[in-house]
Amino acid sequence: MGLKIYDEVEEKSKLTAFISGEIDHHSAKNIRQEIDINVQKLKPNELYLDFSNVDFMDSSGIGLVMGRYKLQSERGGKVFIQNPPPLIKKVMLVAGINKLAKIVSIDVPLSEMQKAKESAQSSDSKADLANIEVYRNNDKNECEKVLNEEGEDIVEKENENSK
Amino acid sequence: MSRKKMKILNEIKLSFPSLSENERFSRLAVSGFASQLDPQVDELSDIKTAVSEAVTNSIVHAYKNKIGKIELVARIYEDSVIYIKIKDHGCGIPDIKKAMEPLFTTSPEEERAGLGFAVMESFMDKLKVTSKEGKGTSVILTKKLKTKLD
Repeated sequence: MGLKIYDEVEEKSKLTAFISGEIDHHSAKNIRQEIDINVQKLKPNELYLDFSNVDFMDSSGIGLVMGRYKLQSERGGKVFIQNPPPLIKKVMLVAGINKLAKIVSIDVPLSEMQKAKESAQSSDSKADLANIEVYRNNDKNECEKVLNEEGEDIVEKENENSK
Repeated sequence: MSRKKMKILNEIKLSFPSLSENERFSRLAVSGFASQLDPQVDELSDIKTAVSEAVTNSIVHAYKNKIGKIELVARIYEDSVIYIKIKDHGCGIPDIKKAMEPLFTTSPEEERAGLGFAVMESFMDKLKVTSKEGKGTSVILTKKLKTKLD
């Protein structure tokens, strides 16, 4: 299981959490905590949960979306479900979660997807540890420094043009 | 499954403690067992999801705040029918009908959606739940696969 969080500081604050791996009752706890820590810190108007690299999900994933929807609603914010693969979407539609959080498809640069995948693979061995990377534009330099020390490149999100 | 007695072609039995780590293990074990029927990707995903729901129920509800034994039996019957039984010796369900209502949950604090049974029902052909308070619960899931193997 891996999770990446990007923040976009624009007119509307927007946060995208790239979830990867398998979402079940066991892994949901960590994913939930990591998303909530960052949501509390950044207070985004729009929270995007990206499922493109999720390869399994049971109703724990529905609980995860419902919970984030509740927290966002309390602050007047929104939740979007981004790019769920067909089998994941099937679970979402059975649950009718699309009535709470709109399912959107957004082009995510391939390099970013690759990174999310790699991070999921590298964290498979420690399956119960969420792999988190937080990117924020305002302290990008710091991020870059940390990432460079780890031998990774910084990736910026560019999905505005595709909407 | 039809009323006449069907022939069991293969069977596995697993027993494991109700640790949440075993949610993944159990669905992968069943998926591995079912793969000999050459199922389609979505069928295998349906089975994994249903097993994950049933096992999670035992972990979260039957053995709330304790660890108990979960027994899983998976069978392959003739005509590509897969049968999975998940049994616990936990607290049992006082009102099965109520428990099966979509969105009903006794664990909202854990962010349980209350959709476990609804998912099992819609992803499998048949769902049978038997439970006795203080004794435990068993869930039987069956599905006929559209395989080419005969």
